[in-house]
Formats: sequence, structure tokens, C-alpha cells
Amino acid sequence: MLCCGGPACAQSEWMPLRKDGIHDPKGPAINQLQEPREALSKLPPDTTGNLVRWVEAIETGVIKPRASLRPGVQATILDQDILLGLKGGMPSILFPHKRHTEWLACVNCHEIPFKAQAGANKLSMFQILAGEQCGICHGAVSFPLTECFRCHSVVRPGQTKPVVPLGVPLSHGVPETK
Amino acid sequence: MKFLIGFICAAIMAVAATPVAAEYADVVLNRRAEKGGVRPVVFPHWFHRIRFQCRVCHDELGFKMRVGSNEITMNEISDGKFCGACHNGEIAWSADRCDLCHSGKPGLPTGIFGGHETSGPGRW
Repeated sequence: MLCCGGPACAQSEWMPLRKDGIHDPKGPAINQLQEPREALSKLPPDTTGNLVRWVEAIETGVIKPRASLRPGVQATILDQDILLGLKGGMPSILFPHKRHTEWLACVNCHEIPFKAQAGANKLSMFQILAGEQCGICHGAVSFPLTECFRCHSVVRPGQTKPVVPLGVPLSHGVPETK
Repeated sequence: MKFLIGFICAAIMAVAATPVAAEYADVVLNRRAEKGGVRPVVFPHWFHRIRFQCRVCHDELGFKMRVGSNEITMNEISDGKFCGACHNGEIAWSADRCDLCHSGKPGLPTGIFGGHETSGPGRW
């Protein structure tokens, strides 16, 4: 059973600030602030969220966000994958430390909300959907929870390849069968 | 198990069907703004993350990763803390350009906006 994608997820354009429902169109800033379209249309495209593949943007150097306000301080990158969710009906989760530490500091996740020990954390989609655990960021600022197979990306032996519903672009991250 | 997955799927679709207006991850801050006679603040994550990694604000500057959990005053910002670490007229516009941050629609609640907000079981 699949749940991701569909027309409800699709968003094709960035809303002008004066129509976005949160900026005051009568305020003096409305003609001074940068429009999302101006900045985001130049970045690697996505089908959801900001319509930007943020990880690709930083890894390809299209954007070079600073790692610190202190001169010369470099980001600490950890290149280590964790395989999670080895039971259940969904493909397993491949958690890439590298892509997370390209943005985040270790202390953002450890020891709260996650203990720094593989297997020590009881993850739950209910918690995540409620904005806890991975859902602190995913569903708020990083790619949303509609993109099941970007995390559930490793098909286990004996598992069939998930069926992509009609109209859902492959960019939604459905994994290849191994 | 099927019921569980179906339930989760229904939740996701309910979230995804919310009309999209604000840019994904836009934050409105209005704990003190309107009480102080200015518009709510709109903080666009997209603009800031082009320029700074998450760790700069959420580690170095001490912003907790939960909307509404940061008790920040204009005095602190003027003293160079939180937003004021950059909004000092050197890295970004200074804190006396009130209207550029206080640009929100009056009456908005503090919260994270954008189409795919996790509205989850906690709010049903």
C-alpha cells in the first residue's frame, strides 16, 4: 500500500510574498524583500517543500552556506550510514550522517532527541508525524513526510519493489530493487 | 499492520492537502510583536539556509529547534545575540530596520507555515 505523491503534494510555483498569506501586502517591506522565486528558481529543482533539492544544492556547490560566524571554522562532517527499521512492511531506512552533518551540528540531534548509539532509539512514525524525532525537521524545514521512499530507501531481500501510483514522478525517490 | 499504514497514509494526505501559500518552513513570530505595536516577524528559512548552515543559528546562536520555544527580546538582539549576531548592519541589515523583519500580517499566530507542515496526531 502506498501513500505518497498525488496531486495534493504537487506545487509548481513559488508564491509571491504579497500573496503568501503571511506577509502584510500593505507593509513597507513588501517591495524590498527578496521574492522566493528569484532565489529558489536557480537551485536544483524538487517536487515538494521549497521545490529545491537542498542537499544537492550544497553538495554540488551551487550554494555555499557558511558553517560558522567565526572565521576559519569548518563544518564537522561524519560520513557514516545507519541502517534502521529492519522489520515491518516498508523498505529499511538508510540514514546518511554525511548529508545531515553537511548542515547540522552533532548536538542538534545528540543526545536529544537521539542517543548516539545505533539501535538505542525507538523510532515511531506516529512520533515523527507529530513533529517529534525526525519530524522536528522533516515536515517543517527539510523534505516533508510525503516523501516516504527518500528515507525508506533500502528494499530488503524478499520484499517486492513498491508500486508507484500513476502520476507520481519517480523523483519521489522510489528505490530500485536490488 | 495494514490498518496502521493506512492510518499513517491518511494523516500524510490530510497534511499534504493543506493549501499551500507561505513558503515551506516560513516562521511567524508574534509572541511580543503586536503587543509591542509592530507587525509580526516573518523568518524565511529558505533565505537564510542559502547563506548559513543550520548549525550557525541552531548551535552557535542558540536557537532551539522548535517554533515558539525561543524567548527572545529586542534588547538581546540589539546586544548582538540571536538575530543580532548578523542583523547588526555588517552581515545583514541592522535591527533598527524594524519593518524588514516585522513584515507579517497582523493577527497571525506564532508558528511554522508552508504547505507540508507536520500537523500530526497531536493536533487532530
